[in-house]
Amino acid sequence: MIAHAIFFYTFSLIAIVSAIMVTASKNTVHSVFFLILDFISISCLFIMIGAEFLGMIMLIVYVGAVAVLFLFVVMMLNVAQQKNQWFAGQQSSRHIPVGLIISMLIFFEIIIVIGGWKYKPEIFDINNSINQTSISNTHSLGQILYTDYIHVFQISGMILLVAMVGAIVLTFRQRSGVKRQSYIKQISRERAQGVEVLEVQSNKGVKIDD
Amino acid sequence: MIDIGLGHYLTLGAVIFSIGVIGIFLNRKNIIVILMSIELILLAVNVNLVAFSIYLGDLAGQVFTLFILTVAAAEAAIGLAIIVVYFRNSGTIRVEEIDKLKG
Repeated sequence: MIAHAIFFYTFSLIAIVSAIMVTASKNTVHSVFFLILDFISISCLFIMIGAEFLGMIMLIVYVGAVAVLFLFVVMMLNVAQQKNQWFAGQQSSRHIPVGLIISMLIFFEIIIVIGGWKYKPEIFDINNSINQTSISNTHSLGQILYTDYIHVFQISGMILLVAMVGAIVLTFRQRSGVKRQSYIKQISRERAQGVEVLEVQSNKGVKIDD
Repeated sequence: MIDIGLGHYLTLGAVIFSIGVIGIFLNRKNIIVILMSIELILLAVNVNLVAFSIYLGDLAGQVFTLFILTVAAAEAAIGLAIIVVYFRNSGTIRVEEIDKLKG
């Protein structure tokens, strides 16, 4: 229990501090790295609480794909030099009280909801219970993911496909002056276009490419 | 304090959610940081779902966390693609200067 508390407080402290640093750091590259640290500490919390599969998936998807995508775009757009200051000008400092008030309101609303929350176990009839301790988290997740939630699973695959196609279509551009292979031209070339039979006269040679 | 329960995880989720909202409101320079704040908000929602799923003993929360993860990845890819196209066309992604996106 003590170890649980120590690990929870350590990882949640790292998560909160790095979340603050994501929004507050001056350099965008640093914010991406703090975002990665945030994802790592939250996935450690997931693994600790018992959702091992989600923790590992979080590491793979967020740290391995999303954060690297962010880092790639930040470095490609070369916006790291554009300093990201909160209190830069008069014009921008107008938003700060409004933003602070709204987010504090949201925070205290959530805290009030949490404080008044009570769970009565006899109210709900839980179908997908995880009482079977003999099988692992991944195993039990897979058992309901591919049976009860198979349609949602398929739809999420479609969402990923559409996102991939959309990203490619958005960023695709035709550059001028780039040499490309034309398969149709290559395949439809006839012998008459490529080969010419010449009668070579002695001491004259053959003219190539006039 | 020592006995870690559901409330601790929900409070962590609430704190990260609020930091994400603060990041959206206060960041006036770079739109990529706003996308990262949205990722933080989705992360807080995931924390809530997983905490409820573990403490109630219902696996549906973890399944939905998986789907939120999928949608968040798709959203990040599309958003970054839009930012790249906008940067290519207008040469800036500073928040004050983005006023060409109609609709």
